[in-house]
Amino acid sequence: MSGAASSRKTEWLVTLPSFAWLLVFFAVPALIVLAFTFHGHTANGGVGDWSLSTWRELVDPDYPTIVWKTIRVSFEVTAWCILLALPCAYAIARLPKRWRALVAGAIMLPFWTSFVVRVFAWKTMLHPTGWLQTCYHAYLHFKCWLLALLPGVHAPAAAPGAGNDCLIGMAGCAIDAAKTTILDSEIAVVLVSVYSFLPFAIMPIYTAAEKFDFSLLEAARDLGAKNFYAFRNIFIPGIRQGIVSAVLMVFIPAIGSYVIPQMLGGTECVLIGNKIFMRAMQNRNIPHASALATLMAVSVFVPLGIAMWWRKRQAARDRRRLEVRTAQLMAAGGVS
Amino acid sequence: MKRSFFSVVVLAMVLAFLYVPILLVVVYGFIPNGISMSFFDSAGRFSGFTGKWYAMIFTGNMRLDALMQSFWLSLAIAGLATLVSCAIGTTAALALHKWKGRLQALHHALVYTPLVMPDILIGISLLMLFVACSVDCGFGTILIAHVTFCVSYVVMTILARLQDFDDRLIEAAYDLGAGPWYTFFHVQLPILLPGIVAGGLLAFTLSIDDVVITSFVNGAGTNTFPTYVSSMTKHSRNLPAVFALSTLMLLFTCALVGLSKLIARGQPQKAKGTK
Repeated sequence: MSGAASSRKTEWLVTLPSFAWLLVFFAVPALIVLAFTFHGHTANGGVGDWSLSTWRELVDPDYPTIVWKTIRVSFEVTAWCILLALPCAYAIARLPKRWRALVAGAIMLPFWTSFVVRVFAWKTMLHPTGWLQTCYHAYLHFKCWLLALLPGVHAPAAAPGAGNDCLIGMAGCAIDAAKTTILDSEIAVVLVSVYSFLPFAIMPIYTAAEKFDFSLLEAARDLGAKNFYAFRNIFIPGIRQGIVSAVLMVFIPAIGSYVIPQMLGGTECVLIGNKIFMRAMQNRNIPHASALATLMAVSVFVPLGIAMWWRKRQAARDRRRLEVRTAQLMAAGGVS
Repeated sequence: MKRSFFSVVVLAMVLAFLYVPILLVVVYGFIPNGISMSFFDSAGRFSGFTGKWYAMIFTGNMRLDALMQSFWLSLAIAGLATLVSCAIGTTAALALHKWKGRLQALHHALVYTPLVMPDILIGISLLMLFVACSVDCGFGTILIAHVTFCVSYVVMTILARLQDFDDRLIEAAYDLGAGPWYTFFHVQLPILLPGIVAGGLLAFTLSIDDVVITSFVNGAGTNTFPTYVSSMTKHSRNLPAVFALSTLMLLFTCALVGLSKLIARGQPQKAKGTK
């Protein structure tokens, strides 16, 4: 009896440091944030009395747009990351064994440089006089020229006020193109986010792909399946666990993105993260910052919850399938 | 074995995409003109490479004082945060591994949730705590924040190592007459050490790289390397020095990893973890 009690005491003692630390510096602050959302704010930057005014003020046309934009940008980033990560993971998994570790290491190596410095390098690269901007302009002009060639199709940017004449449309389009910079736009934010999060998408998919039995693909081909069909209907379902992990690994930091839109998004691409920082540090509107933080937490935990539920269901289904198959085998065992 | 040509091409392009900025970090460290950030002067002539930023870093030029100060502060905070989070993380991993009650379920949730929390939420909630307790932000608050987000990663790394741990070793030590402390320090800790070191390295890299959480809790005037860099404007005169310093850091980490690989190769092959 005293042995059990002392074991209980040891458990508490060993658990205490981390438990207390995370309780005080993680759980309690989260509750404080939640509590602040039910307060009004005072003119001098303080926190006012209990009220629902903060939640009512969130209907302010500014906020839903920003939340929607954050979710849209995160979806775009996630889609690009997965699209690029799938062939990459496939290619790495099919490399000879000793090459795999090397290439996987090479994918993670960029993380040894400071994240901020890498974003700064992008900022320098995307500068209006930089070479990437020149390429982008050339591409836009080419697009204008192409659009102007097609009869009856006008570049959408030049549509109002530019008249119906193709040449005027093209000129207007070209002027728009000249004004379009990559820096301080959504394109820059998506581009650099994909750059930053891509390794997080490749790694889980690669880990799943490494365990995948590639002879299944050969079997499918032998049975007449085309390459793409086999990739889509056999490889993708075979590594779906990895894909779900990859989606979470990209989507969550994308929702919480702050540095990238701050440094590259300008005024055009302000996401929830930037708004939270602005409200908390510049406007000293703590309740609004708290409410936005709560919204962000919801947009993170909803997909996370869905993924967890899906995983549990998948595991249960696999177990059931295994049971059925075992039962079948046992029944067949009598015959063979 | 059939390899898809298309996927290899995509892989090559992605690798190029990942490495171009790194390459430019190295190249930008040799730019002579820190204001225009260009290798060409106003007349369009190529002005060559310069090593002056490296010279300034090594000789301690006054222009770079703030930058170097933030750099050493980052190192100090990362070092301390690593030590504290390793200590707390080891006890947490041991508790989570050994006991499986309701307390540990709660404990696990508490350790796991920060991993999926965006940085900015951890930052703002800590700021709210410090505001609510009217604590002055500075070195201490940065350290607290860094330990808070590093602990979970350390715990997960050590837990992975503990999964391969043979619990019978502890029983054997007890049977041979060792006490709990002796067993911990002479049996369990040495076996766990690679896991703790791996977790510590992860904590160090996370801490030295963090900008979001730090920028919430650093208060006025205390800057770590990342917050200092992110506060530099486009027209800061010393931008190439940042890139030069980053190149040095990159070289240092590469050397460190190369060295650890070399040491690992020198050691006799131990039973590798199956995970």
